[in-house]
Amino acid sequence: MTATDYRSRADRARRAIAEQTSGPSYFDLFWTGVAGFFTLLALIPLVLVLVYVVIRGFSRLNWAAFTQLPPPPLAPDQGGFANALIGTLIMVGIGALVSVPFGVLAAIYLSEFSQGQVPRWIRFATNVLSGVPSILMGVFIYGLFVITTGTYSAVAGGFALGVLMLPIIVRTTDESLQIVPKQVRWAAIGMGASKFQTVLRVVLPAALPAIATGLTLAVARAAGETAPLLFTALFSQYWLDSLFQPTASLSVLVYNFATVPYEGQQRLAWAAALILVGIVLLTSILARWATRKQIY
Amino acid sequence: MEHTAQHTDVPALKNTETAIATEQLNVYYGDFLALRGVNMAIPERKVTALIGPSGCGKSTLIRCFNRLNDLIDSFHLDGRVTYYGQDLYQDVDAVQVRRRIGMVFQQPNPFPKSIYDNIAFGARATGLKTDLDALVERSLKRSALWEEVKDKLKTNGLSLSGGQQQRLCIARAISTQPDVVLMDEPCSSLDPISTLKIESLIRELAEEYTIIIVTHNMQQAARMADYTAFFNAEATEDGKRSGYLVEFAPTQKIFDQPAQEATRNYVNGQFG
Repeated sequence: MTATDYRSRADRARRAIAEQTSGPSYFDLFWTGVAGFFTLLALIPLVLVLVYVVIRGFSRLNWAAFTQLPPPPLAPDQGGFANALIGTLIMVGIGALVSVPFGVLAAIYLSEFSQGQVPRWIRFATNVLSGVPSILMGVFIYGLFVITTGTYSAVAGGFALGVLMLPIIVRTTDESLQIVPKQVRWAAIGMGASKFQTVLRVVLPAALPAIATGLTLAVARAAGETAPLLFTALFSQYWLDSLFQPTASLSVLVYNFATVPYEGQQRLAWAAALILVGIVLLTSILARWATRKQIY
Repeated sequence: MEHTAQHTDVPALKNTETAIATEQLNVYYGDFLALRGVNMAIPERKVTALIGPSGCGKSTLIRCFNRLNDLIDSFHLDGRVTYYGQDLYQDVDAVQVRRRIGMVFQQPNPFPKSIYDNIAFGARATGLKTDLDALVERSLKRSALWEEVKDKLKTNGLSLSGGQQQRLCIARAISTQPDVVLMDEPCSSLDPISTLKIESLIRELAEEYTIIIVTHNMQQAARMADYTAFFNAEATEDGKRSGYLVEFAPTQKIFDQPAQEATRNYVNGQFG
């Protein structure tokens, strides 16, 4: 091969590289632009909803809003949603109390102890349950609990939220446990730990941050639900003095007061909506924080 | 050595007792025969290396020694695996077996806990009443990691480098004072310097423990093993590979004057 041959080949190679890099960059730019534009479009509703809720709700937030009972129809800017806030917290609490132990234990069984075809069917059932419209959870608890006890109640509302949270908890906990590498389980088994010790001392602690994230998201989801509460807790204008009486909640308060023609109640509904968004935001931040501690 | 080892027989054992032995061992996953007809007598307080191409069943074999294969649903075996004469698969609790026979894995797999808790895990899990501080220090010194971590015992084991993690796993394996330490390609994910450290550590450990090490790396076997077993694999009719023991002898004999043609070809790098 002569020196000229070599040089012309090198030139060709250099030109080829130079030409190829300049070609498709406009194409890239165009599609990046299109994708970015649609991302912005998708964000618009989210931003509008948040901004609108803040604008309409923030001005009504005062001490009374957090400490007083809902106002009568023709009392502009009086009263508050204190009983609904308490109701929401209590019912979400009851829901968590019911669903967290069952959900977490079921997931531990699924991920660590079940064998053969059983886990497949349980996972399938869980997916079906999480796809059931939330209003059906309400109707289910209405038939099971409200009719048998003869009253709408905070307990019934809590159970409905619990049924709603259950599949979310089972799925996220199951996934969190599955992420823990099997080598780590082998290590524990290989050390002479029993299956139970392996799960309790190694797998669960390793999965705990991820499980906490799942639990927080389940709580956030339940706190915002209206439909399951309509048939179970109903609503109340009064303070909660028993778990077995109709109970107010923020979401049902928004539902009720947003549709009445009285301005005072409408403004309170906006404020309650803002607080509801705030609760969901707060739990989501908590979930992010737990996620940061994740090991695997 | 003048002892002429038959290719599936016991190598020349002088003044050493057999720690683990297999007799006509066949290992199955479901219907699939993964490893067939293994007869071995592994001497105590020596380093025994298991070498061979992928799919020859070396890892399958050492997982029979601490009954880790029990975790696989389709696993079963026939023949015998004995530990100082005691059949490991008859009237023996697998948990007790694993307390006597420790294991180090291919990927370093420390628990996501502090260095201290990693070592203390075995003692805590087995309810051993002992001075944990002393146990942690002794185990880490024994695995040549103490100087590097003595000031940060509370930090997470996962924050160590790969080589340090693997020495932590060795420290963890010997913390329960087993008789045998099984190692499944312990250096395959490590850099050459970490590998050398671990190899010299393994040589030292052989004074106290029976070491059985699976390795892909023939030089590693040549460098550190007293005895070497060569396994090979054959394709079965349905395209899977079934392993068997070709030759088990002192390492020098395997590398210098192997009795089998296949062994010679493998150690000369002609396949595998």
